[in-house]
Amino acid sequence: MTTQPAVTPLPVAARTRERAGGTGIGEGPLKRALVHGTLFLAALIAVFPILRVISVSLRPSNELLEREFNIIPPGATFENYVHVITQTDFVQWLINSLLITVGTSIVGLIFAATSAYAFSRYKFPGRGVGLTALLATQLIPATMLLVPIFVIAVQLDLQGTYRGLMIAYSVTSVPFSIWILKGYYDTVPIELEEAAMVDGCSQLEAFWRILIPLSTPALAIVFLFNFLAAWNEYVLARVMIASNADLWTWPIGILRFQAQFQTQWGDMAASSVLVSIPIVALFLYSSRWLVNGVTLGGVKG
Amino acid sequence: MDLSTVPGAILEVLVTLVIIGLGVAIVEGALYLLLVRWLKSRLAVPLMLIAPAFVGLVALIVYPLLWELNVGFTNMSITRFCDPGIPAGLFVHCKDNPNNMFVGMQNYVDVMTKPVLLQAGFFQVLWQTVIWTVVNVTFHVLGGLGLALLLNRQLRGKGVYRALIVLPWAMPQIVALAVWRTEYQPEFGVFNQLLGLVGISGPNWLADPFWNFVAMIITNVWLGIPFMMVILLGGLQSIPLELYEAAKIDGANAWQSFRNVTLPLLRPVMTPAIILGTVWTFNNFNVPFVINGNELETSDTLVTGLFRAAFQYYRFGFAGAYAFVIFLLLLAFVIFYVRASGATRSVTE
Repeated sequence: MTTQPAVTPLPVAARTRERAGGTGIGEGPLKRALVHGTLFLAALIAVFPILRVISVSLRPSNELLEREFNIIPPGATFENYVHVITQTDFVQWLINSLLITVGTSIVGLIFAATSAYAFSRYKFPGRGVGLTALLATQLIPATMLLVPIFVIAVQLDLQGTYRGLMIAYSVTSVPFSIWILKGYYDTVPIELEEAAMVDGCSQLEAFWRILIPLSTPALAIVFLFNFLAAWNEYVLARVMIASNADLWTWPIGILRFQAQFQTQWGDMAASSVLVSIPIVALFLYSSRWLVNGVTLGGVKG
Repeated sequence: MDLSTVPGAILEVLVTLVIIGLGVAIVEGALYLLLVRWLKSRLAVPLMLIAPAFVGLVALIVYPLLWELNVGFTNMSITRFCDPGIPAGLFVHCKDNPNNMFVGMQNYVDVMTKPVLLQAGFFQVLWQTVIWTVVNVTFHVLGGLGLALLLNRQLRGKGVYRALIVLPWAMPQIVALAVWRTEYQPEFGVFNQLLGLVGISGPNWLADPFWNFVAMIITNVWLGIPFMMVILLGGLQSIPLELYEAAKIDGANAWQSFRNVTLPLLRPVMTPAIILGTVWTFNNFNVPFVINGNELETSDTLVTGLFRAAFQYYRFGFAGAYAFVIFLLLLAFVIFYVRASGATRSVTE
């Protein structure tokens, strides 16, 4: 339900072109130092909370609340990591999150890929209205849908199960994914599919054998986008499955470390680091394509 | 570590996938019979392609919205609970409840006139939300634009700066927020430690209404700048260099070329980014909810207030009306902004 900006491939021209700088030609050393100084400060502020949480996670348990700024604390130890992995349900939460997220991302991707094909290649009544309606869904605050979804889930006996949560996750990213994929399909020449159909493919075979393989980058990005949205989702999970501790996803668990009477700093810091590493790595890896699909859709629409 | 629940979770996920698959099969089968066999419609293929997503969106967005609209006209709560259903029951009181729960526009009147939460009225929360949104988006755009301009040049270590500055966006939001909340801890959080170093005793970020609100804004500015920076950097890189050279030949100084070349050409990228940024900030639930810890009403925005009205006070009917008021506000903003910015764009191009 949380909307995150999507990532789409950056046009090759923009990627390969290193700019000489809008105003940066022939700058003096003073200006250069100022630029570096500002960027360094910005980078430091951006990274600071991350360094802090790493630092706290390495502290021995009797010094968790020490007032100190060393990144590697004296007596650094991995005992918090060992504790959070062996003595809490953290690993279980991670596995739960992973199962739900992978399952719903695949379903969401299939729904979006087929719908986007219809929007891209067919004319049918309600097409324009449908595309606008998909954009309009992005306006709706997730919180607004919580009450009806919660009450309906209670009545259908879906609260405290994954069924309701997963169906919701599968669908929430679909409107955005359709826009991205439709935009990408539109750039693939229809002649390729027509040629395949001349060679005896049906229309759907042409979609499956020609367009889908050609759209792999966009499909990968949509999958990533679906994955991140579901992986990081908190409030719907809290409403739907907080009552059953066996089903908790990691966001519910981590906030529970903090919300109890006594915050478990060591557990919280270590689990935060463990959760963040793969996601940050994935994100930075995909940042090669990281210019927004958001504005692409907006400009075109 | 207790992994005994994992097989159950795997089974649950598989069952869900099978249910979704069966649902899709039923819908497609029915459509096949209807469109292909019976109507022999030309539109069979596209409609069948769209059907699964369409059914899903109707079930998860359209139906709940109509349901909520309907509930907004009742006085349903946890103690007066019933399912009014739709659409046959739209504006009709519950069949299975002897009491007439239909209250007409009363909830809408209450939203405007009575406290939405325990103390805070609608207009106070609206005012907080407007300040929250305007301050955040302003800082996001200014900060993002500033950093994008700095990075849009030949620079040693540019890739490293970029990767580091993007990190707040990359981090799972819940983790970032949990970390920030600990830093606002008055005794050993980093802010009060730093203030302590220069001899100021810092405020109580978690309990003081004003400083808690400031803390929320600081956190969200930190979270939101990377997105704006990445988008605006993409926009800057698409501006042809020749235009700057032409401006230079015409004798423009740095400010003039920024004002007359960069800004107008950035507008097509900036307008949708600002609209999206505003909608996301307005709708942002996690930041106020976690930083505030769901404690101070003075730190509530409209959406966290909605969460409380529904899940803390369980006034479902009231929450339904409240939710629609929020939705209409957002809709009005977007229509207004698209009109306004569209008009200015057609003037400049």
